Amino acid sequence: MIIAILVFVIVFYGYYKKIDVYSTFIDGSKEAFNVILTMFPSLLAMMFAINIILNSNFINYFSNFFKLIFDIPFEVIPMIILRPISSSSSLSILDSIFKSYGPDSKIGLLASVIQGSTDTTFYIISLYFGSIGIKKIGNTLKVCLLADIIGISASIIIVKLLF
Amino acid sequence: MINILWVLFVLLGILFTKDFSSLNNIILYSGKKTLDLIINLFPVMAIWLGLMNIASKSGLLLKLSKFIEPLLHFIFPEIPKNSEAYGYISANLISNFFGLGSSSTPLGLKAMKELSEINKSDKASRSMRTFLVLNTTGLTIIPTTIISLRLAHNSIDPSCITLACFLATLIGTIGGLIIDRIIP
Repeated sequence: MIIAILVFVIVFYGYYKKIDVYSTFIDGSKEAFNVILTMFPSLLAMMFAINIILNSNFINYFSNFFKLIFDIPFEVIPMIILRPISSSSSLSILDSIFKSYGPDSKIGLLASVIQGSTDTTFYIISLYFGSIGIKKIGNTLKVCLLADIIGISASIIIVKLLF
Repeated sequence: MINILWVLFVLLGILFTKDFSSLNNIILYSGKKTLDLIINLFPVMAIWLGLMNIASKSGLLLKLSKFIEPLLHFIFPEIPKNSEAYGYISANLISNFFGLGSSSTPLGLKAMKELSEINKSDKASRSMRTFLVLNTTGLTIIPTTIISLRLAHNSIDPSCITLACFLATLIGTIGGLIIDRIIP
């Protein structure tokens, strides 16, 4: 519903402003090739490492420890820990959860919303401060990670309420 | 940070492995798995980037940026009212809001540059921290990547998580802004 409205507004406004809507769309979607190509190496690196650790017993010990504290499905715990660190890694876990449980299962829905509940905090902070050469970042990481905890907790509660 | 994690994942994963034949498969097939994942993400991303190009060329994004500027004066009390930074901050947030990670990053970097000119110090300023909170909480109305992946795994309703994701990021963003103001 939201998507259909957005598409309508975007196309209508473009036509109303008399731009060449058709070729603008084509130019924009070409950009997807660049995005995919730049994404591949880092996604590969993460897929490689994540699958190796997921195949081991180590992640079981680690997640069991977390399971004692929070009552959430075991499979999403590594994803929660990795979400703020690397979106490629949480995305590859999301992919494997979809493969084993399906995207419409309870776990699949929860994992989808957790993936969407926050962004890659570590990456953004290092990129943004790195670009202007600031090393003294004060409490920034702490504040951003607290916000992530709020977002992820909210997603767990929202999934319980909505689905 | 990511470097250490990567090394730990690979080394610990091999040390604590359950069985070596599946480990071998994982090492050899991770390239193919990545390619499958990327190919799954591609179609929806291409459609969305096409649509957003229309929104950007027609001036719709700019119009929306003007719309949220008053709100930004309230969130960033430290930035002078006539600063160029507002334009870049709002364009960055709007692109993020519509799930356009690739176009929001250059805008965000430009906004950081503007903020560092106001700052004139080697320490992070208050407005920089606030701006990063807004970026890391990632307020989004269309989680394109997740919808693409759900679609690729034959979900019966790939976009049913849209509202839930929006609410979760909204709560994260508001919570983050409150924490940002409480902690000095």
